Amino acid sequence: MLVRFWGTRGSIPVAMTSAEVQHKLVAALVAAAGRGLDTAGKARAFVENELEFSVSHTFGGNSSCVQLETDGPDHVLCDLGSGVRAFGNALLATRGPSGHRFHVFMSHLHWDHIMGFPFFMPAYLPGNHVTIYGCHDTLEEAFRRQNRAPSFPVDFSRMEARIEFVRLEPERSYDIAGLRVRAKLQRHGGGSYGYRIEQRGRVVVYSTDSEHKQDDPEEVKAFVEFFRDADLVIFDAQYSLADAISVKEDWGHSSNVVGVEMCQLARARRLCLFHHEPIFDDERIARLLAETRRLEEITRTDHRVEVWAAYDGLEIAL
Amino acid sequence: MELAAKRFADTVALFPVGRIDHATADAFKAALAPHLAGVAAGGDRAVIDLAGVEYISSVGLRVLMLASKQVKAQGGALAVADLQPVVREIFEISRFNLVLEVFPTLREALGKLSPAALAAFESA
Repeated sequence: MLVRFWGTRGSIPVAMTSAEVQHKLVAALVAAAGRGLDTAGKARAFVENELEFSVSHTFGGNSSCVQLETDGPDHVLCDLGSGVRAFGNALLATRGPSGHRFHVFMSHLHWDHIMGFPFFMPAYLPGNHVTIYGCHDTLEEAFRRQNRAPSFPVDFSRMEARIEFVRLEPERSYDIAGLRVRAKLQRHGGGSYGYRIEQRGRVVVYSTDSEHKQDDPEEVKAFVEFFRDADLVIFDAQYSLADAISVKEDWGHSSNVVGVEMCQLARARRLCLFHHEPIFDDERIARLLAETRRLEEITRTDHRVEVWAAYDGLEIAL
Repeated sequence: MELAAKRFADTVALFPVGRIDHATADAFKAALAPHLAGVAAGGDRAVIDLAGVEYISSVGLRVLMLASKQVKAQGGALAVADLQPVVREIFEISRFNLVLEVFPTLREALGKLSPAALAAFESA
């Protein structure tokens, strides 16, 4: 299984400003001084191998959308944030306009998780088939409502793909697109659902927009079991722990610290920090990643958790 | 959980020992509770000396946050001091160093909270 991130930002999409681009260019040019980078090949090698990630790349600004590339023919996604626009366009450019089968697992229906769908071009093309799964009883209404006046000029009915909505029951296992899928209720305004997705012994947990108050040991235990032995846990780490349990308590998000602890308790193999705070620039997210890796290192017992920070374009092979 | 207490004039210093994690956080909270009741405006101040704590998890930090909130609501003052290097890093990574008053030593904490407590500490 290959996990590909198309949107990783929390709450609202963001874009780098001119000042941020200039800041990166200045840092790169200073680092390159005297290096004789007089060909594109030398410059590319320098950028890829020697510059820090926060200088040579960006974590990106699209809101939540993660693709699970399985060994089957269907396309599997988690959430339809603004990242799905890029996914849809890439797919049309490389695999043609129709004949596609999509399965989408929705964590919840807040705008940053559904806003990409009106810009998902395959949904407008006949011959495609989209099934949107979720546990909320307003699943279909949320999508239809955002695709009509006064919110959007093109009505949902103009989407010519076959589009279905399927309600799932939390804590029940389903076989969908060759995957074993189980949803779990999470703490978030209006409720959100994490998904534990398994195929041929590989396990991905998609757990975003989830607050872990840690005031109920049974709840902690249930999440540890949900994460148990996962190859990858995609985890909402929007806030610092201090913020999450003080000024931003009950805002529905979690922290890198809790992510590390839960993955350690669950003996998960990889933790991927996700749903990045929109006010964080690339340097800040890179620092968050470095600190989280350090935390994992100094609190490690007999099990190592590999720590990643999601970025738009990241691929993790399981 | 073992939680020794020592009074320095109007300030109570508390000395937890060991790991404060999922297994021990409730015991830590319970041990802390009787000492916090009197930490209020016109009453005691409190310092939690973490020199004996080798690890604190998010659940343990939550206990400190709740203690801080309680004391603030009572108009009192609470500080932590003397963090071991690992615990200090955990405070920094979790940003608890920004929401709690953290001092390098018990002496410095007492000096900030109460001159009388510092004098009592120096003469002890």
